[in-house]
Amino acid sequence: MTHVLVLAGGLSHERDVSLRSGRRVADALARSGAEAHVHDVDGALLAAIKSSRPEVIWPVLHGATGEDGALRDVLGSLGIPYVGSRPSSCRLTWDKPVAKALVSAAGISVPAGVALSHATFRELGAPALLESVIDSLGLPLVVKPTRGGSALGLTIVRSATQLPFAMVTAYAYGDIAMIEHLVEGVEVALSIVEDDHGQAQALPAVEIVPDGGVYSYEARYTAGATEFFTPARLSGSAAASASAASLTAYRTLGHRHLSRVDLIIDADERPWFLEANVSPGMTETSLLPMAVEAAGLDAVEVYSGIVERALATH
Amino acid sequence: MTHPVGQDGQVPREAHGSRLDPWMQSYAERTANMNASEIRALFAVASRPEVVSLAGGMPYLSALPMDTVAAAVATMLATQGLTALQYGSGQGDPVLREQILEVMALEGISAHADDIVVTTGSQQALDLVTRIFIDPGDVVLTEAPSYVGALGVFSAYQAQVAHVTSDDDGLVPQALEERIAGLLSAGKRIKFLYTVPNFHNPAGTTLSPQRRPQILEICRRHAILVLEDNPYGLLGFDREPYAAMRSLSEEGVVYLGSFSKTFAPGLRVGWALAPHAVREKLVLASESAILCPSAYAQMTVSTYLATCDWKAQIKIYCDLYRERRDAMIESLTAMLPQATWTHPDGGFYVWLTLPEGLNSKAMLPRAVTERVAYVPGTAFFADGTGHRNVRLSYCYPDSERIREGVRRFAGVVQTELELLETFGPFADTTGGEAPSHSVQFPAPDLS
Repeated sequence: MTHVLVLAGGLSHERDVSLRSGRRVADALARSGAEAHVHDVDGALLAAIKSSRPEVIWPVLHGATGEDGALRDVLGSLGIPYVGSRPSSCRLTWDKPVAKALVSAAGISVPAGVALSHATFRELGAPALLESVIDSLGLPLVVKPTRGGSALGLTIVRSATQLPFAMVTAYAYGDIAMIEHLVEGVEVALSIVEDDHGQAQALPAVEIVPDGGVYSYEARYTAGATEFFTPARLSGSAAASASAASLTAYRTLGHRHLSRVDLIIDADERPWFLEANVSPGMTETSLLPMAVEAAGLDAVEVYSGIVERALATH
Repeated sequence: MTHPVGQDGQVPREAHGSRLDPWMQSYAERTANMNASEIRALFAVASRPEVVSLAGGMPYLSALPMDTVAAAVATMLATQGLTALQYGSGQGDPVLREQILEVMALEGISAHADDIVVTTGSQQALDLVTRIFIDPGDVVLTEAPSYVGALGVFSAYQAQVAHVTSDDDGLVPQALEERIAGLLSAGKRIKFLYTVPNFHNPAGTTLSPQRRPQILEICRRHAILVLEDNPYGLLGFDREPYAAMRSLSEEGVVYLGSFSKTFAPGLRVGWALAPHAVREKLVLASESAILCPSAYAQMTVSTYLATCDWKAQIKIYCDLYRERRDAMIESLTAMLPQATWTHPDGGFYVWLTLPEGLNSKAMLPRAVTERVAYVPGTAFFADGTGHRNVRLSYCYPDSERIREGVRRFAGVVQTELELLETFGPFADTTGGEAPSHSVQFPAPDLS
């Protein structure tokens, strides 16, 4: 019986999502016969790890500590195998502009955009800079914090008057905000898991059609507020290029074991990389569990296989 | 959205949309606002000890004589367990209803135990009153701002909420007159006025004794019932309680009381005192909802009232909350000169108004990052206003934590002011495409 410690919670804005994801993962692992416990990331964690000596740690943490590589550095120093990407890979992915630049250099299209701090606006003057950004990128725009997930702090901007509030909303979540041109098309999420031989496999694309047009926090976590198509309603060639693009992103960013890549497929079937997640959501409304089901796989087997990969690749 | 298609122009694969909820088409209209909420999710962090939560309304139970209470309850269970663990009366335990008369007498209410309905917290009483009076579209009048839990009930029954201007002395009679006139001329049907007259949640204000008869008279003239919600009335710091509105009008007022703030919210024991005919309907409505309130919880409250010095305990609470109120007001005065706030002389809450241009809902993520939580003012309005307001509670953290919380909060406000200076006045434009109307207050267990 493999002893797995699932880490969930933490102090990030996505604590609630993480707690739900963590419980789902632990339940699935327990059904596979593993001994799985959930622990928060708090002052008692290191003592708990040292006393219980789990064989594998699975950080199901969303937001800062969980996805920025810091906690994984700590896990590495403890010498305990853990699920998911290594710290350097996490850091590249966590910082969305960096991830975009790397994936773009690997030949995948990325939305035109800029990443600006509040200080930049203060120094250069907001009205002129906002005008210049709109001139160069064109409306509509997506504004979001450079770090973090679950669409927290994300706004779709369709008119110039909406932009200042969108900036302030994004800055409430972090010091730097991205402003990107909104690419119109089919929004899809590609979940990637390694098979028993360590080969990264892209699961069927999940197409996301939120009621309000924006895959917001509310649309993500209210069952029924978004329609999902699994597999996505893509032509064979579009599905193949989405799959290939997601695997390119996975490899370029150095991911390991599992991750999720979010894309837009435009009318010309071209995939556009939006962002990637080293710790994808695993809640009852999350995309990776949906993709596992769409692939005809059993979540219990997939998750226990991931634990096996973590043991094998330590 | 356009969909890439195959060369034959058709979507090549059979695809099935799923909403992860097979009952999507079956829900009642009134569930439309029951959605996940970004704001609600942020409160999940507030339960962590690193965060100073000025958001919740949890009474400071550590001040209770827990050993004494535990011994009394153990004796009660040992001697009356067969009654305590059995079904009970739908209207509530007769012994407790007699004791409730004593509690209400402190605020000048004279009544009969027969006219009391014990409920699962006064929140259930609020639900029952709304259920028996409100048809979809009926109007409920209430203060601006109003208790968020009441707004949730009114929304669930599809009432139209009409806020009435309120100031430091509570509801403004003239504004009430005008609001009623406007609504009536628009053909609206007004059913009741919901008010928290003492140490208002969230405003921290109290309806002055001079205005109470005026408000009652206006409502009487227009045949509008007054729903007087009074969970905090005995928690005044510097004076004796004012006479309850119910003490001035037996027929025109349904009075709601609670043991959640003066004893223990975990027991969920509250009550409604209503005119005879209303009370009969409340009992039937309550029986259909819950059969009967918990006999165990009622007998625990009854035992506490009979065996512990509950009036002295209320005094202990008042002294404790007064000290914390002082800590909060002093900290705000020292650290947040840009804002204004109310000066509560009882209860749990300070209502703060931020400088023009700031948005308390938008800045909550920053506050959580800085390890301080509060409730954005928008939660307390049914009309989408309240962006400049914040509810700060001083009931749970001690004075030192309150000072630290206000220090962190002041830092958040300062950063927001710098953003405002950079970007200039901006409107909250998220209504266009981002979600709205979702839950904006913490769950009851998140202080």
